[in-house]
Amino acid sequence: MTMNHHISEPMLMAYAAGTLPEAFNLVLATHLSLCDDCRAQLAACEAVGGALLQDAGSVAMDAGSFEACLARLARPTPAPRLAAKGLFPAPLRDYVGGDLSAVQWKPLGMGVRQAILTTDKLATARLLYIPAGHGVPDHGHRGIELTLVLQGAFSDSTSRFGPGDLEIANEDLDHTPVAEAGMDCICLAATDAPLRFSGLIPRLAQPFLRI
Amino acid sequence: MSEPQAETDWTALLGQVRDTQDRAAFALLFRHFAPRIKGFLMKSGASAALAEECAQDVMATVWQKAHLFDPARASVATWVFTIARNRRIDALRKSRRPEPEDLPWGPEAEPDQQDALEMAQETARLGAALAQLPEKQRALIERAYFGDLSHSEIAQETGLPLGTIKSRIRLALDRLRHHMS
Repeated sequence: MTMNHHISEPMLMAYAAGTLPEAFNLVLATHLSLCDDCRAQLAACEAVGGALLQDAGSVAMDAGSFEACLARLARPTPAPRLAAKGLFPAPLRDYVGGDLSAVQWKPLGMGVRQAILTTDKLATARLLYIPAGHGVPDHGHRGIELTLVLQGAFSDSTSRFGPGDLEIANEDLDHTPVAEAGMDCICLAATDAPLRFSGLIPRLAQPFLRI
Repeated sequence: MSEPQAETDWTALLGQVRDTQDRAAFALLFRHFAPRIKGFLMKSGASAALAEECAQDVMATVWQKAHLFDPARASVATWVFTIARNRRIDALRKSRRPEPEDLPWGPEAEPDQQDALEMAQETARLGAALAQLPEKQRALIERAYFGDLSHSEIAQETGLPLGTIKSRIRLALDRLRHHMS
């Protein structure tokens, strides 16, 4: 898979540090599953954490702590999560409970559908289904919106995004993503604040649709 | 008994844990890393009791996942950091941590010693670069990694030389994918 839009360095560093909302982590883990370049960059950011840990101040462990640790070794070893066959990489499958066929879509009108995925409340993650040639309503953001393409492609005022590409939109961007003709577009998106729609009707519907 | 200092020793000790479930080797890893994990978790806001419990848990995970450690892609300290970080998210934020899927191959059965050595040297160089940063900048990075600094506050430019480590890991990934196909 050839990708043109990747995770920015500050965003990868925040993922490595473990300070992002769960919904952002989900989008980034899904991109990382598809992209060796970002995986390598992440490992470099994690090396910073390793260097800090190596130099970190120690706090003495309690007496008997090593024996208590040995007692924990009996628990079962977690199985590795390998690459999944299908459209969704493993981290996304964990949240959906399966591949594309397991998604519980809710219609948003004009053939656009979404499914909210359960994460912590600091941000919201959702799958979006945009029929080929259709757009999602023009919207801005108060916070950051991450959008990862899983199938098809979309374009907005900034660029074209194909499978595996990640768009990081901040509050300066008002955009109308339009799915390319030919194939319906499926995206995984996360926002840390509710979207702002420009038109009145979508704005009224917003509290009900949670988009 | 004196504590081993060089990073390569940690890699060798972890190899003994993986290959022969060597408890003496594990004890040395525990003595070095457990107090650091505890310090890291307390800096992140955990109580001493919670940090103690989590540090034991992290070390137990180190034992159980030793077969997944790849010295061509990370130093032992880096790998331990990632386990401690995930435990912190779980314990302090009560939140799941989505991780990229595991690569479809484990580490190579006999990882290239030279690769592991060079990775350890790069990590040491990064540590030295970190130590030489201006105090203010270093403190910001520490807070980002240890203190739950919010993601919007993380500096755009850290001034750290991450390019070399990244290229090295990228090569290791390419080689693994090539071996597999």
